[in-house]
Amino acid sequence: MIPPVFDYHCPETLGEAVALLSKYRDDAKVMSGGQSLLPLLKLRLASPAHVIDISRIKRLVYLREDGGMLEIGGCTPESALETSELIRSRYPILHDTTRVIADPLVRNRATVGGNLAHGDPANDHPASMIALGAEVVATGPHGERVIPARQFFRGLFTTALAPDEILSEIRVPMPSGRSGGAYVKLERKVGDFATAAAAAQVTLGADGKVEQVGVALTNLGPVPIQVTAAETYLTGRAPGEQAIAEAARLAAEAADPSADRRGSVEYKREMARVHAARALKLAVQRAGGH
Amino acid sequence: MAKHSIQVNVNGTIHEAAVESRLLLVHFLRENLRLTGTHIGCDTSHCGACTVILDGAPVKSCTVLAVQADRCEVRTVEGLEQNGALHAVQDGFWEKHGLQCGYCTPGMMMTACALLEHNKDPSELEIREAISGNLCRCTGYVNIVKAIQHAAEKLR
Repeated sequence: MIPPVFDYHCPETLGEAVALLSKYRDDAKVMSGGQSLLPLLKLRLASPAHVIDISRIKRLVYLREDGGMLEIGGCTPESALETSELIRSRYPILHDTTRVIADPLVRNRATVGGNLAHGDPANDHPASMIALGAEVVATGPHGERVIPARQFFRGLFTTALAPDEILSEIRVPMPSGRSGGAYVKLERKVGDFATAAAAAQVTLGADGKVEQVGVALTNLGPVPIQVTAAETYLTGRAPGEQAIAEAARLAAEAADPSADRRGSVEYKREMARVHAARALKLAVQRAGGH
Repeated sequence: MAKHSIQVNVNGTIHEAAVESRLLLVHFLRENLRLTGTHIGCDTSHCGACTVILDGAPVKSCTVLAVQADRCEVRTVEGLEQNGALHAVQDGFWEKHGLQCGYCTPGMMMTACALLEHNKDPSELEIREAISGNLCRCTGYVNIVKAIQHAAEKLR
């Protein structure tokens, strides 16, 4: 399959990329790793007149902790997260997530920013970023704007990014005290989108009760789903088996799946429950609870 | 629609060409350079038959534009053999019968090469994870894993 004709632009700075995007707006698509966009072009599901390839903007590739935040450059490849000792040791939920995205070859090109900006509810990073309470930085012609991940996903393939904005950075609050997170995905085979997946990030207080918690689901609705009912229920409670079971039940209730080759609505809702429970249990364990 | 001038180092030889922006790297290799060892399988970035090493990392060349390889180094299966001697990975696939139909083999070998450049002594699990983006429908992977283990031993 050969993509439709388009004009290719390869800016070397973010400023140049934003200028091009301001010029072409809806006629342009930003390409980061291209692992979602190129298949869409080949299948004629998208046919932008201009493709702005931001993969050569080396200043958008970084992973660092600064000012209480983990900062991930928008063009950082998934493989960098996968091999990072910082991510493995301090952000296990992100390590879990990156390792189940597509396959190792795709992860050498695919980027974290692209995984979010694509706005595909089947992508894996949105749920983990929502659970972590992360923010994304959107850079446009008038500067930067910070958008909470929880408000970023507006609809199927639709995000809060304006037509002239580029997702330039992701900011994740540094875990404090007894924190742990996990991402658990059910997939038919390596590289498949989730049949169901759940992300959980938990902070426990000195008394072992939940101080802060984020729960979110992948591919169980038209957008990644933050399960606020489960978060509210768990906050202030000891995260024992019964509390986790109730939170998982609330997660299944919040799921809004559609039937496809991966399963029926009932099956997916049940898998939402099972995987929310597993993610919460593992997150609590990693936070040093039981 | 302007063509783009690109300069790509493929297996140590620099190639210059003017290409359409939509030309995929795999088509550039196969049709412009006549390096047909890199196969096109699914064409949807699932199967890994088209795997090449781009600036040190194995990638699916059906999901990279040729213009994106401008000023980059590409290694394909044709670059493995040196002066008539098979690469250790090729030798491994030969010795351990790591193929039947051979369709996935070039991509499988490029992924294996990249793995062994970063990890001299991979465990069986690490090998299986590394090739999890390369599909083989003949062997059941057992002999492919043995072939890569053989190559690792030979390279150490």
